[in-house]
Amino acid sequence: MLSLIIYKAIVCVAVFLLALGVAAYATLWERKFAAFLQDRKGPSRAGKWGLLQPLADGGKMFMKEEIIPNVSNRSLFILGPSLFMVTAVMTSAVIPWGKPLMIGGHLYDLQITDINIGVIYLLGVVSIGVYGIMIGGWASNNKFALLGAVRASSQMISYEIAMGISLIALIISAGGSLSLKDIIEGQDAGWCNFVYQPLGFLIFFICALAETNRAPFDLPECETELVGGYHTEYSSMKLGLFLFAEYINMFISSAIMAGFYFGGYNFPFATEFYAWLGLEEGSWLISLIGFGAYFTKIFLFICLFMWVRWTLPRFRYDQLMNLGWKTLLPLSLFNLALTVVIEIFIRKTIPFHF
Amino acid sequence: MQLTNRKVVVSKKEQSFAERIYLPAIAKGMMITASHLFKKSPTINYPEEKRPIAPVYRGQHVLKRDENGAERCTSCGMCAVACPAEAITMTSGERKKGEENLYREEKYAATYEINMLRCIFCGLCEEACPKEAIFLTDRLVDVEFERNDFIYGKDKLVEKIDKRIDVTKRQTQAVLDFKKIPGLKHNELYDPKKLNTGNKH
Repeated sequence: MLSLIIYKAIVCVAVFLLALGVAAYATLWERKFAAFLQDRKGPSRAGKWGLLQPLADGGKMFMKEEIIPNVSNRSLFILGPSLFMVTAVMTSAVIPWGKPLMIGGHLYDLQITDINIGVIYLLGVVSIGVYGIMIGGWASNNKFALLGAVRASSQMISYEIAMGISLIALIISAGGSLSLKDIIEGQDAGWCNFVYQPLGFLIFFICALAETNRAPFDLPECETELVGGYHTEYSSMKLGLFLFAEYINMFISSAIMAGFYFGGYNFPFATEFYAWLGLEEGSWLISLIGFGAYFTKIFLFICLFMWVRWTLPRFRYDQLMNLGWKTLLPLSLFNLALTVVIEIFIRKTIPFHF
Repeated sequence: MQLTNRKVVVSKKEQSFAERIYLPAIAKGMMITASHLFKKSPTINYPEEKRPIAPVYRGQHVLKRDENGAERCTSCGMCAVACPAEAITMTSGERKKGEENLYREEKYAATYEINMLRCIFCGLCEEACPKEAIFLTDRLVDVEFERNDFIYGKDKLVEKIDKRIDVTKRQTQAVLDFKKIPGLKHNELYDPKKLNTGNKH
């Protein structure tokens, strides 16, 4: 029991550091990638290829003057970014990062916790995340910040429904389990879920863009319209937390998409590959290779996020609402119905009787 | 009446299905950005890499010394007169005994200043100079923090004895020949009688 607690503590710290590290270097990669797309070079002065840039940015953020406006609601003003950050990190708790590890004759999951309602937990925590933005924007006592917060919350509500419904379709076609581990393990052999849920993936991806407030859905924080949106009044590391949490959100959404639709730590012919290498179940190498495969997928998804951001212009507010309510919601319902029909009559995974 | 035939009637057609779902247009746009991923960046990492510049580039000035290391400038003021930006100022000094190795002729520039903020790097000072003393080089003027630092004195302009600056690219034979044309002879003082005798240009 004690060993389990120690192991979980280590995994917790490791996942936390992983999320922070990936988010830090995602900021660098975002700038680099944008530069490559625009025929520039990107940050190159801090360290080799600008590798120390995240440290420099963090140092800058910490050393800046921290301003809390007099007219703001002080406690809520501090709570806003904290909540946003906490929820961003909390989502990483249910994601399985690799195959179980064999330590001292026991199999330990490479996951903080495998709760059986993982998907619902994810949706719940993600929707709490918008409270951070709302509280921060409200407490700033600034029109731009409030407008940004209102936009964020309405956007989150509009897209969460389509996202949830597309997830229901995914769960139906993936065998009915809400545990993330089961969903990923289910793609161990055979096809990944993307093959059965291409439309669902598209909807989920668009909604993930909206949920993470990334372009083209970055209405809550658009500089050109709202100065800075919900973080107009924020400075120093509080602003840093907001920006940082956005990248953690992006990392986690990429992990979720890679896990739900593209098999997570599985890859084609994985079992044959492991057998060819002569590895037994629980081997460190299997976990490592699986983790590497997962991370490659996550990296590609992060690149996709950035690629979309540096290509598309921002939606207008009415376009955003039209897309959410008039296109994605009916489309996700259609996808759900289609999935059920396919599952019952073609794949026959669900027993059909009246 | 119409001025041009470029008039187009605005059409507000109903969007087709492909247009309404945005996705084909988005894919097209993303392909365009992706194609830039593989293009070479035209950026030059400045302090490490330098842009190639033409041999006749007009950059920071140099005051030349002669082959013995004496300053060629005689403080005649032709460059200051020629300068359209009035960037050049100087004061003259008289060579004393024992300074023959320092100054080529009896008169020399005691101070010589070029305001690099006023200078437009036209090269007229170089053209006006009768003593082949001032040249523009392919060096770039440094960045400074203070305005005063842009006023270059003799300490920055005169070339160091052990670190001569090569101006052969600018002082080509063609240039030298041009300067030897009788009517335009730089080395002679203005003489109205001589102008009529010389080769007309």
